Amino acid sequence: MIKINHFSKTYKTKNGQIDALKDVSLEVQKGEIFGVIGYSGAGKSTLIRCVNLLEKPDSGTVSIDGTDITSLSAAGLLQARRKIGMIFQGFNLLKTATVYDNIAIPLKLTGVPKSDIKERVDRYLAIVGLTDKQDAFPAQLSGGQKQRVAIARALSHEPDVLLSDEATSALDPDTTDSILDLLLKINKEFGITILLITHEMHVIQRICDGVAVMENGEIVEQGETIEVFTAPKHGTTKKFVNSIFNHQLSDDVIGSLSETGKIISLKFTGHSSEEPALAVVAKKFDVYPNILSGNITQLKSEPFGSLLVHFKGEESETQKAINFLENQGIQTEEVMKYEQDKRIS
Amino acid sequence: MSKINAFLEEWTPYLWEALIETFQMVSISLIISVLIGLPLGVLLVLTRPGKSLDNKYLLGFLNVIINIIRSVPFIILLFFILPFTKFIVGTTIGVQGVIVPLVVFTAPYIARLMENSLLEVDRGVLEAYEAMGIKTKDIIWNVMVREAKPSIILGLTIATIGLIGATAMAGLVGAGGLGDLAYRFGHLRYEPSVMYVTVAILIILVQGLQSIGNFAAAKLKKD
Ligand SMILES: Nc1ncnc2c1ncn2[C@@H]1O[C@H](COP(=O)(O)OP(=O)(O)OP(=O)(O)O)[C@@H](O)[C@H]1O
Ligand SMILES: [Mg+2]
Repeated sequence: MIKINHFSKTYKTKNGQIDALKDVSLEVQKGEIFGVIGYSGAGKSTLIRCVNLLEKPDSGTVSIDGTDITSLSAAGLLQARRKIGMIFQGFNLLKTATVYDNIAIPLKLTGVPKSDIKERVDRYLAIVGLTDKQDAFPAQLSGGQKQRVAIARALSHEPDVLLSDEATSALDPDTTDSILDLLLKINKEFGITILLITHEMHVIQRICDGVAVMENGEIVEQGETIEVFTAPKHGTTKKFVNSIFNHQLSDDVIGSLSETGKIISLKFTGHSSEEPALAVVAKKFDVYPNILSGNITQLKSEPFGSLLVHFKGEESETQKAINFLENQGIQTEEVMKYEQDKRIS
Repeated sequence: MSKINAFLEEWTPYLWEALIETFQMVSISLIISVLIGLPLGVLLVLTRPGKSLDNKYLLGFLNVIINIIRSVPFIILLFFILPFTKFIVGTTIGVQGVIVPLVVFTAPYIARLMENSLLEVDRGVLEAYEAMGIKTKDIIWNVMVREAKPSIILGLTIATIGLIGATAMAGLVGAGGLGDLAYRFGHLRYEPSVMYVTVAILIILVQGLQSIGNFAAAKLKKD
């Protein structure tokens, strides 16, 4: 549905050049929710803004539903953009217009017949659950409500795709969840393909089918969320995955425990059940697994868990145990000292 | 009491006439100045780097012209552009003759005030509208000017008050008005009470205008 081919973008500033995008390619399937995650400055906003050409890539193309957006005429781009909805971290509503007008004005300006406008505004306000707020001004709404208006405004043009630039980053956790649920709902009910960018793992975890991890203008890893997260390869991906579990273990504890055996982090998805596996390990090999910390969280498609286990025993036996667990489809990784932020826990 | 009555009887026609002249000069030149200044302000914003009409030559040219005009005091401008005034309206005296210098004086000022107001409009909203496939000209009127309206109104209030001040010097080319009345009778013919009354009227005018401006701006501002 959205196909980005070899995007590159360099900003020239007084302090030199910034390569915001370096040969980025990405494909989002129709009906999918795809998330791009990365730390601040990774180039996420630049990437998503190049999709509807709010920013012009220096090279590369993007096509939506087979139409090459980058080669369109000015008039063609205007038409194409009407079918690409976009929502933003800052909501970007007209302060001087009511909720109703915030949706109606763009409809009028894009040539929707007058007689259809009221019906559309009413319909989409109902979908986002703000019918009773239609005469309010944005300043009288909460952040979550403002984002709902922005979503209704985007939906009212009946787009094929929705781009979301950190739409939940300014919201509290509960409101974030309600907005994510709304995105999930419009994805399911209207089949709108969603490309979103975020720096919050929670967003990816909760609603994304596919994910790309960005760093320094490059995509370092991409694929189905479950695949990428159960077997992260790149350091940044690992950091993000670990951030969902947040096992707290001080270097002192790691230090004293590692004298008697390795500390291993185990990651498993819904299919692999870890408890019997650990029990089997204890029986089969000469090791004493001791669970230090554990956590199960929900990915969009299935549960995803992490255990931090201390294997008391000889190194060779521990290695056999690890091999056994790997064969059971459990991801393992040793936890080291002095690597707080690279640490796999 | 009778003194006041006598004063009013003698001076009301003059005051009334002067007030009308001031109103004429201010309203006509304000309207023309807005018609020139607002588009200029829009142009000053849109020709900036990265904006839709990005054009550093036009921007530089406009900036220089506006700055030059803005650095000349009105009383000098009034005489300096006499030939231009004659060329445009065919006369250099009376209300007609003063409208041209008043506009030349005010339009660049309004352009700057408009530029300021328009720059305050949140970039993000403009971008959201661009992303929705809305034409630049529609964005200018339906987003930029609309969102800047409260600030534009405050700017116009300031410009109008400045304009009232400038009309005081219009007497020099025989255009009359309140300032002229105060100067001619109050100062030259030594009738201090006429001066006091005109000054009082001017104060009330300016105060009233500012209050109306503030009220209208607050009314339009929704945050
Ligand atoms: N208009 C610009 N001019 C110059 N440099 C820019 C511009 N826009 C972005 N950059 C630079 O490009 C890099 C990528 O920026 P971008 O906004 O895409 O990051 P991001 O991943 O969205 O970060 P954040 O999470 O903070 O929004 C940064 O180093 C940024 O400073
Ligand atoms: Mg960003």
